[in-house]
Amino acid sequence: MTIARPIDLPSALDALTALPGAHLLAGGTDLQVEVNLGHRRPEAIVALRRVADLQGIDITPDALDLGALTTYAQVEAELAEAAPGLATAARTVGSPQIRNAGTIGGNLGTGSPAGDTLPWLVAMDASVRLAGPDGSRVVPVESFVTGPKRTDLAPGEVIHRVLVPRVDGPQHVAKVGPRTAMAIAIASVAVVLDTVGRRVRVGLGSVGPTPLRAREAERMISDAMDWSDLRASPADIARFGDLCAAAASPITDHRSTADYRRHAVGVIAARALERCLHR
Amino acid sequence: MSDPTVDPYPISINGADHAVRTSWLGESLLYVLRERLGFPGTKNACDQGECGSCTVLMDGRPVCACCVMAADAVDAEITTVEGLGGGAAPTDVQQAFLDAGAVQCGFCTPGLIVATTDLLDRSPDADVPTVREALSGNLCRCTGYGRIIEAVGMVQDRRRADGERRASPPGVG
Repeated sequence: MTIARPIDLPSALDALTALPGAHLLAGGTDLQVEVNLGHRRPEAIVALRRVADLQGIDITPDALDLGALTTYAQVEAELAEAAPGLATAARTVGSPQIRNAGTIGGNLGTGSPAGDTLPWLVAMDASVRLAGPDGSRVVPVESFVTGPKRTDLAPGEVIHRVLVPRVDGPQHVAKVGPRTAMAIAIASVAVVLDTVGRRVRVGLGSVGPTPLRAREAERMISDAMDWSDLRASPADIARFGDLCAAAASPITDHRSTADYRRHAVGVIAARALERCLHR
Repeated sequence: MSDPTVDPYPISINGADHAVRTSWLGESLLYVLRERLGFPGTKNACDQGECGSCTVLMDGRPVCACCVMAADAVDAEITTVEGLGGGAAPTDVQQAFLDAGAVQCGFCTPGLIVATTDLLDRSPDADVPTVREALSGNLCRCTGYGRIIEAVGMVQDRRRADGERRASPPGVG
C-alpha cells in the first residue's frame, strides 16, 4: 500500500494525480473500519489529515465556510450558535471518540443515506467546493450525493470546503435509531425555518438512496402557517408530517423496514416542525 | 513534520518516539500499538469504532485507535493507558475504579480509564448526564455501568476534598 501524506492542497492534488484510484482518508471512521474488516484493500491512500487548506471554520453574517476536515466535535463546540441544527446533528454521531475523528467532509465523501449531517446540509441549500487538477467547482450537496455511497466527486478531486448560506429562524433536527448513542439513523430529519423568506425547508435522511428534500411538504406548510408569530394548526402540522412521509422512498434492510422508516420520518418531521414553532 | 521519505517513521507514544515501518502505515493504530510496538493495554474488541475498548488520546482528544490509520498517528502525540499510570502507581481514576468495584472482566477498563481521564481533565465537575454521554462510546458487557459512574463520582469527590485540604490546611483559618 502506498500512502501519501500531503500538507497542502496542491500537494494533495499532485498525490491524487500520481496515485490514480487512491482512496481519500479523512477521519478514518469509515475507511479504516472497512480496511480492518477486509471489505476494502486499497492499493493507495491519500491521507488528508495534515492538509491545512481543508481545515478551519469561517463564520460570516451571511455564510458558513467549513473546511472539509472539520470534525463533528468542532461542529458541536464551535457552531452551536451559528448552526444549531448542524451542531445537534453532529452530537448524534457515534460516540465522543468518533466525533473527535470523523469529519463533515468524510460524511459527504462517504455519501451514506444515513449520514447524520446530510439532511441539514440539503435543507440549508449547502454546497461543496471541490478542488481538482483543473481548478475548483461548487456543487449543491443535494446533487453531490448521487446514490447510496455514491457521489459526484471526480477522479483527482477532493472535497475542499462546505459552504452554507445562513438562514434566520429556528431549526431542529431529529433522528430515530436503536439507542441514543452509537446509533446509525433509521430515519432522520432536519427542519429549517427561513423567517425572512417565509419558507420552511426539510431534509430527510435514511429514507431514500440520497438525502431528500420534501418539497411538497415545504410548500404546503410555508403557505399554511402563520409567519407573524410562528404558529401552525395541529391539522397542518399533521399534514406536513404525512407529506414528508410521502416524499420518502425508503427500503427494507437489516436496520428497519420501509414501512417503519416511512412512518417514523413523518412523525419526527412533524415533531421537529413543532419544536421550531411557538406553542 | 517528519520526512516522508524516511523509513522507519517516528511515532510518539506516551512521550517517547517509536519506530514505525512504512509497511505498517496502512494498518490501524490499534494494530500497530498492540502487535508491532508492544502496548497491549489498548484492547481490541470490535475493530469498528463501536465499543471504545481501544480508546487512546490523539493530540489530547480521545479517539478509537482502531479507526486511526497508523499513517495519521505519525506527527501526532499518542497517549495510551500505559502512559497514564498503573501497576504500583495507579492514577486516581484507576484507583477509584478499583475501589468502586467498577472492574469485572476488565476488558473495557483501559478504554474507560482513558475516556474518564479526558472527561475529568476537561470537565472536572461534570454532572451524571454529562458523564454518561462522555462514556457512551465505551461498552461494558459485564456491569450495568452503575459502579463505573460511581467510580467517576468518587474521583470527583476525592479531588474536591484534596482541593479543599490544600486551600485550607489543618489548623489554619
